[in-house]
Amino acid sequence: MLMRMKFLRDYLDKAKPHFQKGGKLHVFHSTFDAFETFLFVPAATTPPQGAHFRDAVDMKRSMSVVILALMPALLFGMFNVGYQQMLASGEVRTLLENFMFGLWKVLPLIVVSYVVGLGIEFAVAQVRGHEVNEGFLVTGMLIPLILPVDTPLWMVALATAFSVIFVKEIFGGTGMNIWNPALVTRAFIFFAYPSVISGDSVWVTGLRKGMDTVDGFSGATPLAEATASVTSGLSGSDLLRDLPSMWDMFLGLIPGSVGETSTLCILLGAFVLLFTGVASWKTMLSVFAGGAFMGLIFNLVGGSAYMELPFYYHFVMGGFAFGAVFMATDPVSSAQTETGKWIFGFLVGLLSVLIRVANPAYPEGMMLAILFMNTMVPLIDHYVVHAHIRRRLKRAHVQA
Amino acid sequence: MDTGSTKNRALVSKAINKDNPVVVQVLGICSALAVTVKLEPAMVMAISVTMVIACSNLIISALRNLIPSSIRIIVQLVVISTLVILVDQVLKAYSYEVSKQLSVYVGLIITNCIVMGRLEAFAMSNKPLPSFLDGIGNGLGYAWILITVAFFRELLGSGSLLGYQIVPQAFYEAGYHDNGLMIMPAMALILVGCIIWIHRLRNPELMED
Repeated sequence: MLMRMKFLRDYLDKAKPHFQKGGKLHVFHSTFDAFETFLFVPAATTPPQGAHFRDAVDMKRSMSVVILALMPALLFGMFNVGYQQMLASGEVRTLLENFMFGLWKVLPLIVVSYVVGLGIEFAVAQVRGHEVNEGFLVTGMLIPLILPVDTPLWMVALATAFSVIFVKEIFGGTGMNIWNPALVTRAFIFFAYPSVISGDSVWVTGLRKGMDTVDGFSGATPLAEATASVTSGLSGSDLLRDLPSMWDMFLGLIPGSVGETSTLCILLGAFVLLFTGVASWKTMLSVFAGGAFMGLIFNLVGGSAYMELPFYYHFVMGGFAFGAVFMATDPVSSAQTETGKWIFGFLVGLLSVLIRVANPAYPEGMMLAILFMNTMVPLIDHYVVHAHIRRRLKRAHVQA
Repeated sequence: MDTGSTKNRALVSKAINKDNPVVVQVLGICSALAVTVKLEPAMVMAISVTMVIACSNLIISALRNLIPSSIRIIVQLVVISTLVILVDQVLKAYSYEVSKQLSVYVGLIITNCIVMGRLEAFAMSNKPLPSFLDGIGNGLGYAWILITVAFFRELLGSGSLLGYQIVPQAFYEAGYHDNGLMIMPAMALILVGCIIWIHRLRNPELMED
């Protein structure tokens, strides 16, 4: 292992002069820097003057932690793609065969999202003479995880390009975006091509193209079933009987977007994020608190089967857990102040359950809730900072 | 005479490009969002607004020395609304379908900021001919933005232009879908933003810090 590292280091050192000022490949220096710092921790250290320290855990390293945290959800998602297709078609396959089936379905999505997104990032960095930032490493992995597995690749490419250009680069690149780019990619497809991302036939691969299914297989997600119960007038106990068991939904053996189904795997990822301190536990916890709060209010009011659904069901259905752990905690588009994180997270959870139950046009409220609250973040932070200033002014008895 | 005609030509060209009412002064955005889903209503709207701006500029400029300053807004509004009602009646008589599509937006030309803006900023202090040309220029400046936006929105959002299907059926069979976002007003704003982006790149002196 060390030998190989040495070989890489030597190779980079040999190539380096060409990319430095005066070298013949200088125009590509930001591309070179990107690869070098991706492979090795940069040698730059804190200068002798100044009041800051340079941590060895730079952005690339913390992004890698998020990728690591996404792995359980991704691997389970691949298996579940095969598993759901097996249930629908009635074929018999082993666990490994299901995983391989899903792998070949999910891999193209990952490749397209990375190639398009990184291509644009590298091009923009070259044109502007910026460093290439690694924010897209996470975005590019999140995109396939929040889409239905059968999303046409050209739509993924178009939506990724849209979101990288109009949500990130226009505002100034990594760290300057107002909204979460991965969610905007999903929102773009959701509003532009609703037929491939909503309804009962998009979540299991092959259904949209009219695959033959075994009798009684609907392909509807638990969220869709719950939403349908409002119009069909099911009673609360009927809905509970129709939904998959709590345990199945927790494990993730249900139809849905690739990476969002398994709450268990998402919690594994959450553990990694919290243990390393990459994501804020305040945001995560308050999203669940907000969801529980709204769910309990609906439970108290009652009136329809969906409103009577126990509040904790919302945590395991659809993308609630995934959004809470990986989307709401995005360090750029989430609130920056500590109090702001509580407010932001709480309202994300509250709004997403509210949209789910109260608006039958949007069975999944998590995406819209997070994007809406992303928009509100500057406002929240503004008032948190001002409240802080006022409190301190009062304490200091300043004559203003 | 020669200098006069250059000046007059500049009145038109400036309003179309460097002093464009939509992409530089950011006026008339509301109707640019509302009527650009399809190309045909956008063209009709563009012609109507151009007529109203040009004629109201001409009339107000001719009357400018007779209008007491204290009631000038009322007089301007009377002239504009008369012209808008005329446009509305003509549309109802000769292209009823488009008139129905444009619905309330024809009447709302009265509130189009470009019209009042040009009256106040130009017609009240210039002679009739330059005022008329200024109106034509601003109308055309508004028109090309509207038509460009509508072109892309109809082509990408409905796969057609002026109601004729442009995207071949074979594309749809191969898995192509019309972009539903293009039909929503949000996308018109993004398209106007793209036009402003390109326009600023070509005219760097217009960029703000």
